[in-house]
Amino acid sequence: MNLENIFSIYQAMENSGIILSFKGDITSDLLTSVLQIMENRLDSFQEEPKIKKKVYHVLVECLQNLYHHIDEVPSYTNTNGKDRSAIFMIGKTDEGYSIITGNYILNENVSGLKKRIDEINALTKEELKEYYKQVLANGEMSLKGGGGLGIIDIARKSGEKLEYEFLSLLNNVSFFILKIKITNKNN
Amino acid sequence: MPMEKIEFEATPKTPYLMVDPKTKTIVINGRSIPENTVQFYTPLFNILDKWIAEKIKDKITVTIRLEYFNTSSSKCILDIFKKLQELHKNGATVDITWMYEKDDEDMMEAGQDYQTIVGIQFKMVEVEE
Repeated sequence: MNLENIFSIYQAMENSGIILSFKGDITSDLLTSVLQIMENRLDSFQEEPKIKKKVYHVLVECLQNLYHHIDEVPSYTNTNGKDRSAIFMIGKTDEGYSIITGNYILNENVSGLKKRIDEINALTKEELKEYYKQVLANGEMSLKGGGGLGIIDIARKSGEKLEYEFLSLLNNVSFFILKIKITNKNN
Repeated sequence: MPMEKIEFEATPKTPYLMVDPKTKTIVINGRSIPENTVQFYTPLFNILDKWIAEKIKDKITVTIRLEYFNTSSSKCILDIFKKLQELHKNGATVDITWMYEKDDEDMMEAGQDYQTIVGIQFKMVEVEE
């Protein structure tokens, strides 16, 4: 990587209020460390307990989504390798916090995920609450996790619409970017 | 063969978990956000399954105080309550206390949701942080 690029990355992050960012393999130990760091940060910002809980909660679900559901795709850098790498960023502005994740996804899984997020975005706060309860009560337990509860819970805790983007790449692979906002306003 | 008492200390991702087969007491306290939730709760599931098989009619006291839980834990917690409901149907007295921190509406609502889904009345207790 060109050394000057490092400063552009730094500046771009600085301008967006990024307080923590990571690119690489998502492991259980990494999540433990990141959650610990973020908890200390939220304490040092003297954030009100309600916001603190929401940010922490959404962060847990987002990071564990990455951990469990990342699609293994052919590596871009190593022709024989597989890529399980992802990126995430946590930002803080006057309005509140944002959590952004980015990961590879196989094209065959794009339309299903897009449909799911659109469905969740169309629901009101009350509807999300009911939907969560319904999936919790009737959903099948998967070994990986909550059987689709994660994204509903993220939307519930955020109280804002989920923003997303799918960038189409080569080899039937796309890059999925998800942005979740947690604002200071009462919701 | 009586089952051994289980006691796991809390970790950054898992709660304190205590199950005493002698007094039929279950305590869960802390945060429950492990990646592999099923693995963590399996020892508790095993004891509850054994009690169900034995059709015990004792009093079972359950105290749950969670600070955070992830969605995969929410499924496991529901499974615990479903097993307790079965014990209740078999004639056991099931006494469940759901504790939540003052102002933590989400945790209070979670307790209410579980009561509705499982159909057992909990004792809801608000605690100071």
